[in-house]
Amino acid sequence: MIRITPGAVSKPLESLKVKTGDWGAEYPVIEEEKCIGCGECEIFCPDLCIELIEAGMEKKGEKEKIIRVAKVNYEYCKGCGTCSVVCPAEAIKMELKDIYRGELK
Amino acid sequence: MKLFGSGHGACPGCGLPIAVKNVLEGVGPCFVANSTGCLEIISSQYGKSAWGVPYIHSVFENAAAVAAGIEVALKALRRTDEGPIVVFAGDGATADIGIGPLSGMFDRGHNVLYVCLDNEAYQNTGNQQSGLTPSGCYTTTTPAGKIMAGKQGQKKDMVAFALAHKLPYVATASVAFPRDIKRKAKRAIEFKGPKYIQIHSPCVTGWGLNGKQAIPVARLAVETGLYPLVEYENGELVRVKKVKERKPVEEYLKQQKRFRHLFKHPKGHEVVEELQKIADGNALKFGLDI
Ligand SMILES: Cc1ncc(C[n+]2csc(CCOP(=O)(O)OP(=O)(O)O)c2C)c(N)n1
Ligand code: SF4
Ligand code: SF4
Ligand SMILES: [Mg+2]
Repeated sequence: MIRITPGAVSKPLESLKVKTGDWGAEYPVIEEEKCIGCGECEIFCPDLCIELIEAGMEKKGEKEKIIRVAKVNYEYCKGCGTCSVVCPAEAIKMELKDIYRGELK
Repeated sequence: MKLFGSGHGACPGCGLPIAVKNVLEGVGPCFVANSTGCLEIISSQYGKSAWGVPYIHSVFENAAAVAAGIEVALKALRRTDEGPIVVFAGDGATADIGIGPLSGMFDRGHNVLYVCLDNEAYQNTGNQQSGLTPSGCYTTTTPAGKIMAGKQGQKKDMVAFALAHKLPYVATASVAFPRDIKRKAKRAIEFKGPKYIQIHSPCVTGWGLNGKQAIPVARLAVETGLYPLVEYENGELVRVKKVKERKPVEEYLKQQKRFRHLFKHPKGHEVVEELQKIADGNALKFGLDI
C-alpha cells in the first residue's frame, strides 16, 4: 500500500535516501597534501557531495590558521570527474573502481 | 537545512544542479516554481524530492504564470517577508512554449526572478531543437543530412526579449563560472519586479560530452564569445565578462558530438564561419576583448 501525504506533497530533501554513489565507473581521490582548501570542487560538484573539512592548524608567522581540505561523500558521488578538472591544485585524480578492472578472458 | 540536496537523478556531469545550487545560495530560502523538463524529472519524484525549499512543478508552459500566482497569493496573505519567488525553466519552456506566459508575467510586473536553464535543446525528451539551439547544431529534429547541416537560423535573443519588457535586471551566466551565478542571483533579487537570468548549462548526453568535458566546454563558449556573459540594470549594460585572447569558435565546436558534422559536411565550413561572425559580433557589441 502506498501512503501519500495530504496533497501528495513531498517532504524536503527525501532524495538523500537515494544513494547514487554506485552510478559511476570512476571515483575521485583527493591528495590531501596537495589540496589548498579553495573550495572550487565543492562549488562545482553537481551532486553536492564534496565538503571542506577542518584538517588541523597551521602556523603562519604569529597567527594560527585552520587547514581545510576537501572530502568526498562517496555515498552520492557519481564519478563525473568535474571536481578533478576544476581543481586548480591538481589535487584530485579519478580512479577506476575495482569492479571495472576485470579482464576479459 | 540545505536548499538542494544530493541523491537527485541528474546524469553525471550535468550542469543543471550546478546552476540551481548556486542560484539558491545567492538568493537564500525562497519559493520555487519549475516547468517540466530535466530539472523537474531529476529532482521532484514523489518521495524523492531534492528540494529543501518550497517547490512546485507546474506544467511545461506555465511556470511564469504559477510564480505570478504565488507572488499575489503571498501578498494577499501578507507573507511577502518569507522569501523571494524563483522560477527555474528550461530553454524550451522559456523561449518556445512558455514565452506567452513569460511575457505576461514580465508585463504585469510580478516580483519574480526567472531563471532560464539553457542547455540549448529539449533535453529531457531526447534532444529536440528549441529556439535557443544554436545555428548548425545537430538535434533529432535538425539532423545533419545531405542538404542541411544541422539547425537552420540563429539562437533566439532572449536577453533582448527580456530587455524589451523593460526589466530592471537582465543577465546571462554560465555554469563554468558558478561564483558569478551566485553573485548575479543575489544582485537580481535586490530589484523589485521581474528579473531574468539565462544560464548556459551543458547537457552531457545531448551535446555528446563526458562528464569531465562539461565545464571546460562551457568555459570555451564564453572564451570564444559565443556565449557572452552580460549584465543589465535598468536597461543599461553595467558589466560584461571580458575575454583575454578570444579563441576561435572551432575550439568550442570540435569537442562536441552535436557539432562534429560541421567538419565533414559540405556546408559545414559556411556554418562555422557564420558562428565565428556571431562571436565576433558579440565581441564588438559588448566590448568583450581586452
Ligand atoms: C505541453 C507539453 N508538451 C510536451 C511535453 C513533453 N516534454 C517534457 S519535457 C520537454 C522538454 C523540455 O525542454 P526544456 O524546457 O529545454 O528543458 P530541459 O529538459 O532541456 O532542461 C518536453 C517536450 C510536455 N510535458 N508538455
Ligand atoms: S566526481 Fe563528480 S559527483 Fe563525484 S565528487 Fe567529483 S564532482 Fe562530485
Ligand atoms: S539529459 Fe542532459 S540536461 Fe538532462 S539530466 Fe542528463 S545531462 Fe542533465
Ligand atoms: Mg533544454
